[in-house]
Amino acid sequence: MAEAEATAGASPVIEVRGLSYSFGERVALRDVSFTAGAGELLAVIGPNGAGKTTLLSILAGIRKPDAGTVRTPAGAVGWVPQQAALYRRLTVEENLRLFARLEGIEDVDAAVEEMLEQTGLADRRGDQVGTLSGGNQQRVNIAIGLLSRPAVLLLDEPSTGLDPRQRARLWEFVHGLAGGGTTVLYTTHHLGEVDRYGDRILVLADGEALFDGTAAELHRAAPESGAADFESAFVAFLRERGH
Amino acid sequence: MRWLLLKDLQILRRSPLIVGLLVAYPLVIGLLIGFALSGDDGKPRVAFVNEVPAGEGFDLGAGGQQFGAEQARAELCDRVECVDASSREEAERMVRDGEVLGALILPENLLDQLRSLTSLDPEPAKVDVYVNEDDPVKAQLVDDRIQALVTEANLILSERISKQAAEYIDLLIDGGTFQLPFLAQKLRILGLARAGVILEGVRRSLPVDSPARAALDQVIEFAHLAEDNLDFALPLLGAISAPIAVEKTDVSGTSTSLDSFAIAAAATFTLMFVTVLLVAGSLALEREENAFIRITRASVGRGGLLAEKITLGVIASLAVTLLMLIVMTPFGAVGWGRGHLIVLAILAGGAAFAAFGAAIGAAGRDVRASSLLAFMLSLPIALLSLVPSGTVSATLFEVLEVLRALFPFHPSLEAISSGLDAGAGSLWLRLLHLAALLAAYAALARAALRRFA
Repeated sequence: MAEAEATAGASPVIEVRGLSYSFGERVALRDVSFTAGAGELLAVIGPNGAGKTTLLSILAGIRKPDAGTVRTPAGAVGWVPQQAALYRRLTVEENLRLFARLEGIEDVDAAVEEMLEQTGLADRRGDQVGTLSGGNQQRVNIAIGLLSRPAVLLLDEPSTGLDPRQRARLWEFVHGLAGGGTTVLYTTHHLGEVDRYGDRILVLADGEALFDGTAAELHRAAPESGAADFESAFVAFLRERGH
Repeated sequence: MRWLLLKDLQILRRSPLIVGLLVAYPLVIGLLIGFALSGDDGKPRVAFVNEVPAGEGFDLGAGGQQFGAEQARAELCDRVECVDASSREEAERMVRDGEVLGALILPENLLDQLRSLTSLDPEPAKVDVYVNEDDPVKAQLVDDRIQALVTEANLILSERISKQAAEYIDLLIDGGTFQLPFLAQKLRILGLARAGVILEGVRRSLPVDSPARAALDQVIEFAHLAEDNLDFALPLLGAISAPIAVEKTDVSGTSTSLDSFAIAAAATFTLMFVTVLLVAGSLALEREENAFIRITRASVGRGGLLAEKITLGVIASLAVTLLMLIVMTPFGAVGWGRGHLIVLAILAGGAAFAAFGAAIGAAGRDVRASSLLAFMLSLPIALLSLVPSGTVSATLFEVLEVLRALFPFHPSLEAISSGLDAGAGSLWLRLLHLAALLAAYAALARAALRRFA
């Protein structure tokens, strides 16, 4: 496994060591270790069932690992689930206000206004979420994850179901967050996005971390390094590792 | 928790169909029950056709008592709500259309048949009855009502005939004047007592050695014997007119009035459907909206979410059930003198049903499955809870008793009955039962929420 140097020299915001998790007999994660620094965009990719969502849910504190340690800034991990976790009959503002209160944010009004502005949904604040497009629902979904101004944001397949224009706007938004110092970990099946937007890539397959490095390093690690695109290089890499 | 509660109330407010149902359901049920309880004092409607010629009556005896169509109608209408029909055809139509439960027709020859009872050639009197047994329950009800009416009519006639027979016996013993039936002629009856006195006088006037004395002694002895033994016949006649008397002892249960029971049953059904469906659906919605993990990851927690859903159920059940009872109040069906006990019973029942709904919502995991599960579990168990003892085998009833003790319907019904009616037994024991069910179902729901995500 290639070791990334991205966080070298800086104190990592996320530090994962020897993480393992099983669903009964099925091993979802096996001895996974990595770190991520402040403002870093780390893409977690891999085939279906690789353990990506399980990894994020452990980092979010939803699941407890069977073994290993996770170090994240206390109480400062924002989590955005794969499917929009919103109340469709409430308005954008009501959703933000509700979750701000549930998360115990002191200045609810300020946090809501900031998120409305940051997501560009201020003019849709009074619209019921159920009437918004998938892209806008995902923006509200992410905004809720950002309400507590977390140092780490976990995005589980954030671009699923979005059209190319919506995806571009989403990544522009996420890049802005990373630029502001937020560490962003995301899972995705859109490998073009990884190549285009990811600082670093963590490849998971059958619960094992197979690669940790940049897109260019993955290209070079692939047996057919002459592969024209990142997706072909990724598939060749997996095949070569027996997945 | 209060923010979640406000959120649920906001979502409810934006669901016009559910809000409409929550308001319309208690209004409609309340009005229906109110009209049903106040309309006819619980008496069945029976059409009455009189074909007996006007003014005719059956003379019951020397007392001059008459039994005619008017008297029959008065006796009938004391027990059922009479609807006069002008002909057999009209009565038949009313029965067919469901306007009345049945029709009673007094045929033209009824009085002749009654009169024949006192002749040497008695012919049983018959009345005609039309019924519409379009379903088994109604058929049973009609049969029971008609049988009860006929039994009562026979009893009335039997009592009167027995009374008349007793008067005849009195006449035979003590003497007096007797009006011959159907003839405008009065007879003077000497009576056994006076006959005995006269015979005693005659005997004293005879010479001591008169051979007629021995024969007269026999007649005097017979007169005394008849007088003494006919006296015994009087209580016997009374016993024959009503051979079996009922003395009821309540060995179990309570003396809830039928009206109170009907109101309590309607309120409990309302409480059950509103609370169980609302809470089960609302909890399942948290998962369907993918918000469950986000909520429980925040400060609320699974226990907090459960407490919020139970509170939501209690608020909704209290509002809806009270609305229904208020709607029934103008019909005189609900007395608010015990209002605090009614509210207490609704709160306890609502909480137990809400916990039951939460367990279903947590197990069902999506709104449709939870709603279906809630309906499929609640309705049959509620109906089985209403099965009275003695109508099924003892073993089956024991099973039903266990079942209804494990489900909030029966204790809620009893608690609301106790709230409505002082005669329905202690409320506190029922509240304790409901509290135990609340704790048990909340624990089940809490366990089911572990695998909810």
